[in-house]
Amino acid sequence: MSERASPVPPTKTESTTEQSADTTLEEDESHEIRETPEHKPITTGAQGVVRALENAGAEYAFGVQGGAIMPVYDALYDADIQHVTMAHEQGASHAADAYGIVAGEPGVCLATSGPGATNLVTGIADADMDSDPMIALTGQVPTEMVGNDAFQETDTTGVTKPITKANTFASDPNTVGDDVSEAFALANTGRPGPTLVDLPKDVTLGNTSSAREPAEPTTPDTYDIQEYADDEIVQQAARRIETSSRPTMLLGGGVIKGDATAEARAFAIEHEIPVVTTMPGLGAFPEDHELAMEMAGMHGTGYANMAITHCDTLIAVGTRFDDRLTGGVETFAPDAEVIHVDIDPAEISKNVHAEYPLVGDAATVLEQLTDAVHTSPKATKWRAQCQQWKSAYSMAYKTPDDEPLKPEFVVEALDEATSDRAIVTTGVGQHQMWACQYWTYTEPRTWISSHGLGTMGYGLPAAIGARLAADGDQEIVAFEGDGSFLMTIQELAVAVRENLDITVVVLNNEYIGMVRQWQDAFFDGRHSASEYNWCPEFDTLAEAFGAKGFRIDDYDEVADTVEAALDYDGPSVIDAHIDPQANVYPMVPSGGDNGQFALTEDQL
Amino acid sequence: MTGGLEGPPPSERPTPEGRRNELGIRVDPAVEAAQTPRRTVISALVEHEPGVLSDVSGLFSRRQFNIESLTVGPTESDDRARITLVVEEPDPGIEQIKKQLRKLIPVIAVRELEPNAMRRELALVKVNSTRPDQVAAVADMYGGKTVDASPETATVEITGARQKIDAAIEAFSQFGIREISRTGTTALARGTDDTATADAQPADQPARNTVPADDD
Repeated sequence: MSERASPVPPTKTESTTEQSADTTLEEDESHEIRETPEHKPITTGAQGVVRALENAGAEYAFGVQGGAIMPVYDALYDADIQHVTMAHEQGASHAADAYGIVAGEPGVCLATSGPGATNLVTGIADADMDSDPMIALTGQVPTEMVGNDAFQETDTTGVTKPITKANTFASDPNTVGDDVSEAFALANTGRPGPTLVDLPKDVTLGNTSSAREPAEPTTPDTYDIQEYADDEIVQQAARRIETSSRPTMLLGGGVIKGDATAEARAFAIEHEIPVVTTMPGLGAFPEDHELAMEMAGMHGTGYANMAITHCDTLIAVGTRFDDRLTGGVETFAPDAEVIHVDIDPAEISKNVHAEYPLVGDAATVLEQLTDAVHTSPKATKWRAQCQQWKSAYSMAYKTPDDEPLKPEFVVEALDEATSDRAIVTTGVGQHQMWACQYWTYTEPRTWISSHGLGTMGYGLPAAIGARLAADGDQEIVAFEGDGSFLMTIQELAVAVRENLDITVVVLNNEYIGMVRQWQDAFFDGRHSASEYNWCPEFDTLAEAFGAKGFRIDDYDEVADTVEAALDYDGPSVIDAHIDPQANVYPMVPSGGDNGQFALTEDQL
Repeated sequence: MTGGLEGPPPSERPTPEGRRNELGIRVDPAVEAAQTPRRTVISALVEHEPGVLSDVSGLFSRRQFNIESLTVGPTESDDRARITLVVEEPDPGIEQIKKQLRKLIPVIAVRELEPNAMRRELALVKVNSTRPDQVAAVADMYGGKTVDASPETATVEITGARQKIDAAIEAFSQFGIREISRTGTTALARGTDDTATADAQPADQPARNTVPADDD
């Protein structure tokens, strides 16, 4: 790589990012006790919007300027909120989403009306599928022009209704701050999710009739959350667990979002129950623990899928039994009585019938179960069986000398070179699955991915949001595929401008690899629109953006390059040229039987 | 292709005995019972604000719930409206409908009505009036009344449960029906039983596998 000076703005000093991240964290703590009177009185709707965000504790916002949102940006100019201008609104919504996952507080994204709002849509839908706390604020044409097909007008609340937890069309400068407060509270209460407030320009520009501060962030009266599960069912579930001979826990993303990791771990370890996770549940249980069976589902480990298929009692916490987890429901845990803990009653028995429906907060219900279960299940044989499966279906892969670099090796090298608290973000595709399988997750909120929606290009903007929410000593590694990376690569400009210390690793096979894998398995190898005959040099492209670029072709380059890229203080990109024919296994085909996972293509 | 893993192939693995049906319910293969759809009335008390109706109808199309009719109107309270839905789904689908409705922020309470609840629908039937006496006689038979008459047409209003209106329409068809407009079912629980109120939620027990009484 050339030695030319980094084109980062001249203000750059060593470790600026970390310092600023640290300072912000300290400020965060003082946020709680911050006196508000020093703020100027509110005179416009836009000031009400921004004040509501400040009062709710928002520190960062991600967005892109534009006509109808300008009054809000003008109010942000004076605010205690650091705004990160993204290259594209989709990047803003993914960054806010990832920020929300890492921080456990809603991420904030802003966009103007029309195309600004519609560009947010993918990220909003992504947050909705994954129940991530996020608030989107969109500009709108002035109220009197709504419905006239005005310039940059889109029915934003209409478009986003099916993909938000709640959305509102603001109607009054005096109450628009309350609308934002409520949206903030709704995003993070109960089952989290994205909320949106559409802000007509006359409402944000309009003068308020008093300097009243926006209401505290509270949810509306019609919104009820059940915290404790029905004690009678808890007792029944406890008896079932005590008498189970093949118990298995299934931890989903709700365990992490509900901050129930400690309770879940303690319960599993106390009663020596093998633990399977969903993909969003990665990090809920330490994967280096003996009881860890790791991720189940379409590309889950063989042993996780065997455990889930053969268990007699499934203690599922914070999961919505997505089809990528269950495969065909007819063959999903068919011998198991299901104990389902979820804060959303609508998830109970939606896809898989629960014999023991436990509606409530994950941590609270796990505590209820902990109190109710008096004797551990007698499952010595089952645990031995699980261990036997762990060795029979080992994830060990081969690295033959006559074949190109294996992606699994690159993932493991990054895992080894980083701390346990390092955060992984990914795009969507084969690289995402290798990142699931070959990184050992031990901590919650260290796995940030697009699970339910499957949004290619999620990894880089998510890394930007995660960087700003994470502690300074947490490394951020974004795995991307060559296809996925190209979808949002422009956000590298933001990472360079903000001097964010992130490491992008492109597992480059010059294919839309997951599609190519399916074409080989199910479409007679006809590579329609999945094969590139040309792909940019990502290391050179990274340098053009002002990031640090690296390239890996062989095993012997991996360790040094990974170290150099991680050491680089700022955004770096490793273009890792991997075996283009590498496939992801194990694999359960869509709607298939989890227990019949394929280990090679001819088993599909 | 590369990247396969070692391990016993699918044919050598143990397989469990049990299975589930398409609704995710564990079944004994010998006694697998199909879940049949049933028709029921769901009443939702909602905030009287713009967009609620679109929230509810959007939910039904998005989740592919089978809906037969939807009516909405004001209630005893100015800031609340009542939405009455007639749906046809198997039991798990009806449970999902109630839970998903309850999740909508402007929805205050949701309840599935008992089969004996009062259910009414209104229909306006416009027929050719070549035999006005007979039109009036048929209207009378169904407790309807003529609300408009012209040299060529007569329009009759009929109120009642769905089946009664179906029967009336069939009877009117002898005159030649020009146009029909029906409201869909609206309903209230009987006696002191609450239909769906802010205080009574979410105490709701599904009425399982009961066929609604057709007329009351």
